[in-house]
Formats: sequence, structure tokens, C-alpha cells
Amino acid sequence: MAELLYDENGRLLFTEEMKENYTILIPQMLPVHFKMMEKCLAKSGFNVETLTNDGREVVDAGLKYVHNDTCYPALLVIGQFMDALESGKYDLNKTALLITQTGGGCRASNYIHLLRKALTKAGLDYIPVVSLNLSGLDKNPGFKLSIKLLISMVFAMVYGDLIVLLANQVRPYELNPGDADRMIVKWEDQLVKQFDHLRNFSNMKFRKNLASITQDFAAIPVTRTKKVRVGIVGEIYIKYSPLGNNNLEDFLLAEGCEPVVPGLIDFIIFKINNRIVDIDVYGGNKWKQRLMLVLQHYVEKRQKELIAAVSKYPDFHAPETFEEISSRVDDYMGRANKMGEGWLLTAEMLDLVSNGIPNIVCAQPFGCLPNHIVGKGMIRAIRNNHPDANIVSIDYDPGATRINQENRIKLMLSTAKKKFAQG
Amino acid sequence: MYSIGIDVGSTTVKVVVLNENHEIISRDYQRHLSKVREKTVEMLSAVKTLVQGQEIRVAITGSAGLGVAQASQIEFVQEVFASAKAVETVYPETSAVIELGGEDAKIIFFEGVMEERMNGSCAGGTGAFIDQMATLLDKSVTELDDLAMNAERIYSIASRCGVFAKTDIQPLLNQGARKEDVAASIFQAVVDQTIAGLAQGRKIKGQVVFLGGPLFFFKALRLRFKETLNLSDDQSIFPENADVFVAIGAALYAEENTEAIRYETLVDRVIHSQSKIEYSSNIKPLFDSEADYQAFISRHNQATVSSRDINTYSGKAYLGVDAGSTTTKLVLMSEAHELLYPYYASNKGNPVVLVQEQLNVIYPLLGDRITIAGASVTGYGEDLIKNAFNFDYGIVETMAHLRAAQFFNPETDFIMDIGGQDMKCFKIANGTIDSIMLNEACSSGCGSFIETFARSLGYQTPEFAKLGLFARNPVDLGSRCTVFMNSSVKQAQKEGASVEDISAGLSISVVKNALYKVIRANSAEDLGHHIVVQGGTFLNDTILRSFETELKTEVIRPAIAGLMGAFGAALVAQELQLEHSTMLSAHDLEGFTHTSQSTTCKLCTNHCSLTINQFGDKRRFISGNRCERPLGIKKAHEPLNMFKYKLDRMRRYDQSKQDESEFKYGTVGIPFGLNMTENLPFWGSFFNTLGCRIVLSRPSNRAMYRLGQYSIPSDTVCYPAKLMHGIVEDLMNQGVTRIFYPCLPYNFDEKNSDNHYNCPVVAYYPELLRANIERLESVEFMEPYFGLHRPEDFKVKAYDYFHERLGCSKEEINAACDAAYAGYEAYRQEIQDVGQAYIQEARERNMPIIVLAGRPYHIDSEINHGIDDLLVSFDLCVITEDAVSHLSEPIRVHVLNQWTYHSRLYHAANYVTTQPDMQLVQLVSFGCGIDAITTDEVRSILQSKGKFYTQLKIDEINNLGAVKIRIRSLLSAVERQKLAIHAQEVNHGRALV
Repeated sequence: MAELLYDENGRLLFTEEMKENYTILIPQMLPVHFKMMEKCLAKSGFNVETLTNDGREVVDAGLKYVHNDTCYPALLVIGQFMDALESGKYDLNKTALLITQTGGGCRASNYIHLLRKALTKAGLDYIPVVSLNLSGLDKNPGFKLSIKLLISMVFAMVYGDLIVLLANQVRPYELNPGDADRMIVKWEDQLVKQFDHLRNFSNMKFRKNLASITQDFAAIPVTRTKKVRVGIVGEIYIKYSPLGNNNLEDFLLAEGCEPVVPGLIDFIIFKINNRIVDIDVYGGNKWKQRLMLVLQHYVEKRQKELIAAVSKYPDFHAPETFEEISSRVDDYMGRANKMGEGWLLTAEMLDLVSNGIPNIVCAQPFGCLPNHIVGKGMIRAIRNNHPDANIVSIDYDPGATRINQENRIKLMLSTAKKKFAQG
Repeated sequence: MYSIGIDVGSTTVKVVVLNENHEIISRDYQRHLSKVREKTVEMLSAVKTLVQGQEIRVAITGSAGLGVAQASQIEFVQEVFASAKAVETVYPETSAVIELGGEDAKIIFFEGVMEERMNGSCAGGTGAFIDQMATLLDKSVTELDDLAMNAERIYSIASRCGVFAKTDIQPLLNQGARKEDVAASIFQAVVDQTIAGLAQGRKIKGQVVFLGGPLFFFKALRLRFKETLNLSDDQSIFPENADVFVAIGAALYAEENTEAIRYETLVDRVIHSQSKIEYSSNIKPLFDSEADYQAFISRHNQATVSSRDINTYSGKAYLGVDAGSTTTKLVLMSEAHELLYPYYASNKGNPVVLVQEQLNVIYPLLGDRITIAGASVTGYGEDLIKNAFNFDYGIVETMAHLRAAQFFNPETDFIMDIGGQDMKCFKIANGTIDSIMLNEACSSGCGSFIETFARSLGYQTPEFAKLGLFARNPVDLGSRCTVFMNSSVKQAQKEGASVEDISAGLSISVVKNALYKVIRANSAEDLGHHIVVQGGTFLNDTILRSFETELKTEVIRPAIAGLMGAFGAALVAQELQLEHSTMLSAHDLEGFTHTSQSTTCKLCTNHCSLTINQFGDKRRFISGNRCERPLGIKKAHEPLNMFKYKLDRMRRYDQSKQDESEFKYGTVGIPFGLNMTENLPFWGSFFNTLGCRIVLSRPSNRAMYRLGQYSIPSDTVCYPAKLMHGIVEDLMNQGVTRIFYPCLPYNFDEKNSDNHYNCPVVAYYPELLRANIERLESVEFMEPYFGLHRPEDFKVKAYDYFHERLGCSKEEINAACDAAYAGYEAYRQEIQDVGQAYIQEARERNMPIIVLAGRPYHIDSEINHGIDDLLVSFDLCVITEDAVSHLSEPIRVHVLNQWTYHSRLYHAANYVTTQPDMQLVQLVSFGCGIDAITTDEVRSILQSKGKFYTQLKIDEINNLGAVKIRIRSLLSAVERQKLAIHAQEVNHGRALV
């Protein structure tokens, strides 16, 4: 075990010594994205491993270590960590945990503290927890993110969004089942290898990659039959993580639908944008605001490059820009509605509905506070303006059963398919 | 060609055969008792003569139908969709359909674009709920229906979920409310639940078709719907085939959408469908062998109390009664603690009758040999029984159980009691109760849940429990509330689990629920070393075994596990050291009568539902009251209640009685709820200085909540938020045309936390109101974002906003802003000063002080249901958390401390630990996600310094029975702690000498 150092508040620090010897565990959320981000971190000298354990054991570990009324993602994320630590796979004297923290007014910002409590409860309080956030919370001497690393993570995120977007559009129609998934693996490997060389982080190489990825996916042989497209929006973890949403995407595929899942980039821009809006609405440091503007433009630019790459192929549906998506929400709420997924969730629903995808699953943890407002709370208003909107809101938690959830989704699909049949 | 519709619901199977003209050729409706496939085959065989050798079209629907459909490769149609199909065909004029099933509730709107809604996973069952309630009243469902038709009044019963309703109903029964009224209230709760949970902002009007078993069978339910929705006879349609209507829809769907198959093929496929269902479980069997089981039984048989034949005993005897929520327990004990007469029975809704009967049995057995020298009573029905029969003593149930457990093991350090309705756990240190954990309303229903479930599967409880003992693959049902378990069971049934596996699984769930949800333990060490389990539910060996297995330890289950409360009460009766009990004699009992009558107390805004019990012609006992007013008792002093003080102070901002013309900028309506409850001194000063007349929403009550209920989009949001809908409606009803309700993600920065957020619901609720209350479009609804934490910026932003809206000048705004900050500051100071004054007066009067801590909006009496009054009635001084939080040293907490209100909680808790005469009671709104974090933290702050932690969860429920128990347990624990400390000091003193 490394020497344990604490900050003035008694928080266990992740030291430079730990950076050398420790394995950092990351919870799973977006398999494609996280795999690449893992490699980016590895390039910067961190020994990282994304967890893959799932199933009932994870839920049980969560129930055991986290207050059962806490939201489901906390329970799963912490459950996944605790289950992994108890599995005997890791040398607990040389293991650290990494968790993201948004720093917003949602209770999600408290995950890291709940995780530390769980560790204490299990007698593992010597395991350091590293916070990954944009707010400068919980700094660690052994965990510093260089600009280079940040940029490579942005790249990985855009690549991830593109690969997932294209795979989702190809998978339901592929002639040879498994083609899309094989293509994912091919590109994951290829991109990960590229991360070995700094020269591959140039903008030119980035655009070239986007074009090649799109070209490759476009070359996969597909049928021309049309399928019902179903949007998935919601609380970020439940929306993306198959562990959280009971394999929602697979279920929709099996029902003969094409799942449409808005990407991660919008969420990242949204979080940056919040800091700009905050200063507009309440006042604050103009310099900080300018810095955030630069950052936002940088990520937006990457998003536009992704859109440009996809738009070359008329068979693919390219996403809208952050600017377009955000403008849709103005009749519904203020841009200062930022806790959790905030206005972005409503905007995504509106964006889907306006782009011919009126069928939507709005997925959230049971009792999710922001979603009372921006999810369930806005469905009536959306329907008023878009009478064809066909939105079902599904709650996820350790006790909710799949059969109940699927039955409700099937109801939404019945209407969707009826309308689809009518053309 | 005929078409067949098969509807497999959670409890029943419906089969309908239609001809080409859509006429019903055959229909059948039967309970499947979990044997879905067999029942379906049986019912299909019954129509054999009609369709033998023919080609037919068929579709399956229903919540449990999916599995059957998949396994037998028959077309499945979602049930709401099937209903819609049938209604469109049979009643084309319909504008809405309400359908209640065994566990599902659905609404379909036809006007405009068709819209279907189903209850969320929380709203729970309806048919199953009515079944459970009938069990509770010991009536058949038909009897319940008949009773309800003779109701005189409707009680308010929480409508969100069955478990909550139960918590409301039980005390009503125990207090002797009329069964007719309770029955009708149950049906009203179903109606409210449907409207609140499903309509979600859309009004139900026009022609409404009512479907599903419960609506078909229960006339009282139909009546309640008609009255609540204000429908005429023409507008409300109850089809004669409502019970099989969904099956009709499936048949109609089949006609249009499926391939024809031969009848024989259909039957064959259903018969052979089981082989395709896979079911697995990773839970180990409870016992590996019969020998294992025998060893377990003989070990537990050791913890016993000896019995003595009442006919041979002479001397003093002590009577203990435990009038529990579903059962009444009674023990007559000899001086040597032997059982002379034990009794345990379901109280069938009226404990008085039961106790009277038993006394009539006991008295003749006493002869001249035995004198009852003490009688005491505990449990939910304590007050009622004590008053009815003049018992000597009433003891809070927690203490009764402790006494009994100590009898078996004086070193007992943990007691776990699972009764019919409630779970209680106490940690014991130094012979006194150290902490109490009761189940939250959400996870209750444990013992009676198994009972109801056994019945629904056609078993008696003991028989059902036995089945689980040797189950090979117990079902994994998770550890949440009953409603969730119901659907988990459904899923397991679908996957082919046996009744044995379900029985074992249910027991394991109840145990997990107790351990991980109520106690939040992670090992036996956490609980203690001498664990005693009791309560009727533990008589069930399956549960007991599950408990030991889960904890990996052996515990003591006294042979009288079901009688411990009564036994404890008897022990306490003995401690009273009386010669004779004051209880009614055999002679008195002859003329004993009990009648009860219900009424509403009009002495204050709580409007308590009072039950007036009349015993004989002289004695009277009133229950259901929160304070002494209806009893006619006058207190010597004014109560010290800061909740009331704050509320009164806030109401004074209302200027609705003043003439609008005196104000330069007219009227602004302010909804008095959520953040406004705290920020009113700010905005009040702001608008007054600016020249606006302020109209506040009127004091809230249940009726106001109902007013806005129709537009609530999320049924799991907290009650204070739900109430906002009614509050805003009330403002509009007052004729206000401009409403100010800003979005405030940030709160004032009190500089003692990491950040100063409001919670997401408080922050953004105004936007939700705008999106869901159509009527708001007819007024000027102002919901700007402001940040009060930056005064200088606020001035600028406020000018931009109000200049445009009202045309105020910069000077006016600046003055208003200054006044606002000053007004808020003055208010905060005043609260701190009043707090000090109250504390001082309480100390002079030697009153214990309770810091009733929660959120600012908990001062609303519709939200706290009069808990403050209840506390005051115990002669306690009630102060608020913001009156003392500033007195605490800054503390470091183990969570992200980023919400202003929470930071006050932590600091108030810390301050309380330094004051011997103060206790903290935390109010928590059900559904408050953030309090999942604060409660653990407040608990640990208090307990680290030896203070008790008491949490009261509040929701729509407005019955304070459980709250009373907690408060009394707290007071009694404090009392015993004091005695223990005193004893220690005395001993210590002696040692020094």
C-alpha cells in the first residue's frame, strides 16, 4: 500500500506514488466511449480499468451499502464498485476508484461522498476516491489532467458518439447480423492504437477519422425496410447504461424498432454552457465566462465536424447542432434550468419529436428530482404543441420489474406501430 | 370465422369468443390463482364444442399474458390498446376510458389524438388494493361494497399507494370509526388515485366508459367515480361486459391482425408453452434437509414461558393487552410470570368487542381465587381500550416490547419486531432504548402482506408459510414495498416459479426489507449480540429462518413471539404494585356498550376527524384529535410553538383586505408554498416598498390540494410540491390576475456550506406549473430566474425585469431591493430572538425542548398535518431549526453540503447535542430525494454525541398514530436515559465516598 496522505479536511488523497502503482477503477456507463477514454487516461500514465461486472450482485451490493432511497444510479455505480472490490480480483492495497462529479444542485453531486461512506462501512476507507469534474472540486496531487489529456478525451467522446450513432442506425437493418458490432470493435481498436501517437490528435486526422468511420459504417449491407424509430432520453446514467435501463436498447431492437439515443457531446456542452448562462442570469466573473465560451466553441466545433461527416450520407440521420437543439426549449423553460439534465432533456424530446421521431422513452431513476420538472413535467406541454408526441415515462429502481416497464413501453409501441402502419 | 380474445391479468383469466358480427358467442371470467397456463387451457377447453375443428383467429392480452403469448407463439396485443380497440368499436362517441384491473389503472383519452396512460410503478394496485382493504376489515369484497353504499361521510385516506392508505385506515378502525364510512373512503381513495396518478393535467370530461373487474363488481366504486368526476348518467357508461371487455378488444384485434389457426393447434400450443419458460434463482434453499429443520425447531423451542392452569392457580394476576393494528393480543399472568391465559386473534377491525369477549371468558375462570391486581394496555388501540375498560395503565408499545424481551434475556441489545402492519427495531444500551427504527410508510405491510398474498393464492397463512420451508429455488423478489413485490411475483409466476418458491421468496423479501430498508444494517455485528425477534410474523418459521440466514447468526425467538407486547404490558402492570385493578368488573361489563360516531373538529384549521366513542351512557372518549381543544381542557400557559409563530407572522403579509387603488402598481399574487414560505419576508418587503398590494394564497388544506390535483404530472414528487398546484389555483380563484413565483436555483448564501442551492423541485417548480396548469395562460404568470445571493447583481436584474413588466424606475427598484434584503435580515434575526425567548421560557417552566427540523415549508399545517400541535399537547416547547442553527460551531459533514436548508439542519443537530434539555425531531417529506442523504447525516451527528434520532416521514397521510408512538417512545427513552445517568452518578458518587 502507498503512504496514505490526507488533506486538511481529512480527505484521503490520490498521491503521485499511487499514480505509479495503483489501478484506478471506473464504473461503466457508455461502453464504447469509456473504453476509449480509458486508453486516453492510460496514455497519461494512469493504470485504469473500466468495470464490466453487472447483474443482480451489483444491485445487491448497492442495496447493502447505499441508503435505499438514494437514486438508482448511485446505487448501481457504488454497487458496481463494491461488488468489484469484494470479488477478490483486485489488490485492495493498490486500488483507487474514479467517479465523475457534476457539482450541480442535483443529489448526483453527492455520489462521491456516498461512495466514501460505503467504503468506510465496508472497512475499506484506505482506498482513495478520485473525483473527475469541471468544478475544481476535490483536487488530488496524483491526478492532474493535462490539456493534452483533456483534448484527447474530447476526441474520444466525439468518436464514441459517432460510432454509437452510426451503429444504432445500421444495426436494425443489417443483412448480416453482427456487422455493426464488428465494425465498432474494429474502430475501437484502430482509434485506441492511434492514441499511442501524439500526431494523431491533429484536427486533420480527426476529420479524416470521422470520414473513414462514417464511410465504413455506410458500407455495411442493409435492407431497405423501414422500422419505427424510438428515441431514448432521460437521466444520463439510466439513459445510457444497459445495467441501469434493463437493456432498453436491446429490447427495442427485439421489438423491431430502431433506438435513437442522443449523444454525450450535447450533455458536455450543456454543462459548459450552464456556467455561461449562470453568469448572464445572476452576474459573475466575465473572464471566467469568456473562458467557458472558448471551451464551448471548441467542443461545438468538433460536434459540427461530426455532423458534417454524417451528412455526406443521405441514408444516415445526422444529429442537430447544440445551438439548434437548445433553441427548441425557449417556449418551455429558461436556460438556467440546469440541475441534472436540466433543459437539455426537454430539448432532446422536442428535437426528436420535431425530427419525425414522436415515439420516446423518457427513462429516469424512481423519484429523480430534476426529471419531475424537465421530464414528466413537460410531457403535457410538449403534447399540446405536438399532438403526435407519443412519450412514455419509465421509472427504474431495484424493485421495479422488467415486466411492468416493458408492458408500458409496449403500450407506447402499439400506438407507434399503428401510426407507422398508417404511414 | 370466430375470433377469440384471451385476457390474462394479474389475478384472473378472461376468454371471449366473437362471431363475424362481433356478437359474443361465449364469455368466461375466472381467477387463476397463479396457475396461468393451466387455467387458460381449462377455459379454452370449455369452448371446445363451439369451435372444434374450425379455423379461428386469436390474440392474447393482459399484464400476465405476455409470457404465455411468447411461449405459445400467439399474437400479443398490449391491454390498453385492446381496450381502446373495443371501445372504438362498441362506443364510438367515447371521450375517455377509465379501466381498473387487479393491479393496473389506465386511462385512455380519445378526444383529439388518442392518448393512453398507465399507472407508474409506484401507484400500486387497485383491485388488489381493494382485496387487501377488505381483508383488513374482515369482510368479503361484496360486503365491503354493500357497506360503502351506506356511508355518511368520507375520510381522507392517502390515495397514492395501497400501503399508505392502510396506514390511514388502520387507526381509523382502531379508533372505532364506522365501517360504512371507512369502506366508502377506501373507494374514494381509489378514485383519487386514478385522477391524481393518471389524468396528470388532463381533465376527464364528456362521455366516460368504465372498465375492468373492480368497476364492474363494485357499485360503490362506480358511484364515487360518478360523483367525483361530476358525470351524469348519460355520460358514464358501465358496459355490461366490462369485466371481459379487454378480451373483447383482443378478439377484435385478432380478427383484423392475425392469421387464422385451427382451434386444436391453439390449445396444443398453450398446453406445450411451459417447456419454453425458463426460471432460475440464485437463492439457496432455506433448509437442506428435514433434519436441519428439526434441529432449528428444537433450538427455538428452548425460549419459552411456563404455563399454569388457571383453574388451579390462586393469588394475584396481571392482565396485559396489546391492541395491535391487525391483531389483539391478551395475556393473563401469575405473580411468578406464568401464563394463565394467552389469547391472540385478528381484531377484525374492532378491538373493543374482542377485549370485551375475552374478559367475559376470563372473569368466570377467576372465581374467588384470583384477583386481577393490575391491567395495562399497549399498541395502536391503547387509548381506546384503556378508556373503554378503565385499565390502570397505558404504555407505549416500544417500551412494552422492551420489558418482555428483557424477561428472556436481560442482556438483550437488539429487538426486532415484525407485526402485521409495522416493523419496529430497537437498539438497547444500558438497559434502555438507545434508538428506535420504525418502518417508513413505504415498506410496511409486511406480515399482513404475506397473509393477503396467501389468501389470493387460495392458502391459509401457516400452510402457505410451510410451503416455503423446503422450496428448492426461492424467488428473488427484491426488497422494496409490497406493490413492487406484487409485480415481482407476477414476473416470477410468468417465468414458472412454483408456489413453494414464491412463499420462500416472499419471506426472504420481508426480511431483507427489514434489514436493509428499515435498519440499514450490513451485518449481525451492526445489530448486536443478543438479538430477540418477536411479533406475530416471526411465528412463521420461514421468516425466522430467512432472518437467521440473512444475518448468518442465531437469534432468540420466544415461544410467545406473537404475545410479547401483551406480556410486556402484563409485566408492567405487575410493576405498578397495586392491590386491585381499576378495570371494569364482571358486573360493570354486563351493562357495557360501545358506540362510536365520527365528526369533524372545527376548532382550528387542522379539521381533525374526531371519533367520539361512547361507553355505556356516562363515559366518553374522543380520539383522532391532535390537541386538547376538543376535549375542553384549558392549558395554564400559552403553548410555545414556533411553527405557529412563523406561520402567523407570514400570513400578515397578506393585504387582500386592502383596497387595490391605494397601491401604485396594483396587485401581485404570491403562492404561499415551497421557497416562498421562507422568502416571503424578502419579496413581501420588496413589493410593499415598490407599491404593490400582496395577495397570498389562503391557508392551505386538503380541499385546496384537491383543487389542483388534476394537473400534477408526477405522482412521486413530494407533497409540498403537489400542493403548489392547488395553491396557485386558489390565487386565481381569489381573482388575482398577476402571480409572482420566481425560479430560484440558488438560495441565500449563509456561508456555512459548500454551496447554497435549492433542491431541483424548489428551484424550478414554477416552470412546471406553467407547463401544466392551462388556466395560468389567462393571468400574468411571472416566473423569472433570480439570484438573491448576489445583492448588487440582483438590483440590476430586478430593474431589467420589473421596469419592463411594471414600468418602475431605477430608484424605486433600488429602494425595494434594499428593503427586501433588510426585511429578510430582520426576519432571520427575529426568528433567532424568538427562539431564544422560547428556550428561556421553556427552561423556566421546566419544559423539554424539541427542535422540529425540516424545510421552511413544513410550517404549513396541511403539510405537517398538525405535528407541531401534537408535540405541544405533550407539554413540549417546539422551536425551528433556523432558530438555533447559527448557534452551532461550524461543522464538517461527510456529504456534499451544498443546499442551504440542509446546512441549517446539520448545524441545528450539532447545536442540539450540546443542550441536555433539547431533542431534535426531523420532518421528512416522502419522496424528498435529498433527504435520503441528510437523514443519515443528521442521525450520525446526533448519535455520535449520545442523542436520540427521531425521523417523521410525512406525506398526504394525515393520521398521527405512528407519529404519537415515536414521540412517546422518544420521551420515554429520554426519561430512562436521564434515570440511567442519574443512577450512574449516584453510583459514581458512592464509589468516591
